[in-house]
Amino acid sequence: MLRLMRLIFASFLALAPLSVAQAQEAAIDLGTLREGVIEALPFALPSFQPEVGGSEQMAADISRVVAEDLAGTGLFRQIPSSAFISTPAGFGSPVAYADWRAINAQALVTGAVAVNGNQVTVKFRLYDVFSGAEMGDGLQFAGTTDGWRRMAHKVADVVYSRITGEAGYFDSRVVYIAETGPKDDRAKRVAIMDFDGANVQFLTDSSAIVLAPRFSPTGDRVLYTSYESGFPRINVLNVATVQRQQLQTAPGDMAFSPRFSLDGRQVIYSLTNGGNTDIYRSDLASGQFTRLTNTPAIETAPSFSPDGSQIVFESDRSGTQQLYIMSANGGEPQRISFGNGRYGTPVWSPRGDLVAFTKQQDGRFHIGVMRTDGSEERLLTASFLDEGPTWAPNGRVIMFARETQGADGTSSLYSVDITGRNLRRVGTPQGGSDPSWGPLQP
Amino acid sequence: MTHLIKAAVMVGVLTLSACTNADRFDGTDAANLNDAALNSTNGINQAALDPSANPTSPQYFSQTIGDRVLFQVDTSTLTAEGQATLRGQAGWLQTNSDYLAVIEGHADEQGTREYNLALGARRANAVREFLIAQGVASSRIRVVSYGKERPLAVCSDESCYAQNRRAVTIISIGQNS
Repeated sequence: MLRLMRLIFASFLALAPLSVAQAQEAAIDLGTLREGVIEALPFALPSFQPEVGGSEQMAADISRVVAEDLAGTGLFRQIPSSAFISTPAGFGSPVAYADWRAINAQALVTGAVAVNGNQVTVKFRLYDVFSGAEMGDGLQFAGTTDGWRRMAHKVADVVYSRITGEAGYFDSRVVYIAETGPKDDRAKRVAIMDFDGANVQFLTDSSAIVLAPRFSPTGDRVLYTSYESGFPRINVLNVATVQRQQLQTAPGDMAFSPRFSLDGRQVIYSLTNGGNTDIYRSDLASGQFTRLTNTPAIETAPSFSPDGSQIVFESDRSGTQQLYIMSANGGEPQRISFGNGRYGTPVWSPRGDLVAFTKQQDGRFHIGVMRTDGSEERLLTASFLDEGPTWAPNGRVIMFARETQGADGTSSLYSVDITGRNLRRVGTPQGGSDPSWGPLQP
Repeated sequence: MTHLIKAAVMVGVLTLSACTNADRFDGTDAANLNDAALNSTNGINQAALDPSANPTSPQYFSQTIGDRVLFQVDTSTLTAEGQATLRGQAGWLQTNSDYLAVIEGHADEQGTREYNLALGARRANAVREFLIAQGVASSRIRVVSYGKERPLAVCSDESCYAQNRRAVTIISIGQNS
């Protein structure tokens, strides 16, 4: 049965034409699909069992986070425990499949948690209820108690991966700009959080404007634009030590919009000189730079292809903002966006098949995706101001910023899957913008 | 020179707040009544110098000449009105050669962050080029763009956007390095 679900998920997650009219404006309730091709898969997750005394709270917390991760995808629906006919006698004891079939649970997740001092161990098993068999082997994760959310995310990643056949994305972090204060006096700080908005930490203060942090491929460093010198410059920040240093760029009035290369040794960015903005690449160690575009137009927002051979970027050389792809060494680019409106902030998907972008049309903003040849454009969202998409590490979900209209407008982070479903607000404690989704953690 | 200006500004601010109080309390405040009596008995009216009346003051530059020019949507073309303002700025900068200028370019919120940074830079540079063409030494002028990060007006319609699509000339003595 779950094998069948995999096929359904595969088609669900595959590209299908989606009209603008379907683009969602408002967040929907947790775990429901708005216009589902499929029903969310019902799963049962009895609260993980505390294996030793004093583990009860941790067991309950981990169970809750695993279930929230799964239900939060919109692909799964949690069956409330009040519907359970029986509960497992003990972790690993025989499963009463009939009791779970009777309440239409298709997947069953059982687990156990043991806390010893500051150490915690989480064990879990996944069962395919209708075929009456365990799905994969049981696993356990062990670590310190302060990392309990990560262990819950890892359990959810394995469950998600085994059922959908896709890599997970729950044990990942996002860097973004935390925003407070009114529009004309907004304080911005570089912040880091778990993908679900938990564990927010600030990496800079708000004494200078900071913009658009970008994770390194391994998540150890962050590039961002800072006005601390009075002029926009690119900083490289070490996430663990919070030490930062200014990137040595080509000489210019301003440097901004940086991204790491896949080996983390080079940075592509925009440099402005004499009012003209072009794309450059600099080597972090040597400071040597290469100019990649050379036109009087605005060239900005560069993003590498996952194999590092190409760069997608935006340029207004045609008269309006459009998307182009060029070799990673520069040269003549190919335009890929041809629809009505303006296209900016392209980001290559980690799978390499899609480019996510911001589109401005008729006074509205959209987050969309298109194939790298520009075909099959689909708009996933619509609002007064959506911008700045970033990909989940598995390429199935996009996070972006949405600013509300008017004098009291604020910016918040949202996520949406690449079919345009499951639009959700990410629960950050303050406002948020410019998200950059990091890799799945080891 | 700078100290004098600072002093003048401070007196100006103090005077302004005193005037505001007098208006608000409509002369019923005892201290204000005493001040008025003092002034009249002496037969001499005392007032702070209006710094904007001094043509070499930064206040004169920002208020009388005008420190900013506005732009149409998604353009960096100087309007005729903008050019007139900038001719005044150029003349002032040539007369007051101790001053350096930083041109701040801005955009309205209807655009993506990176593009608006680049657009603000275009606007700031358009002003810089114009001032240079008018004879101001290029070494005295730097540019910076704030994109859509520093709006003056916060509403989400054209009345505010028009004020935010601007390039502002910030003058200072010896601040450019």
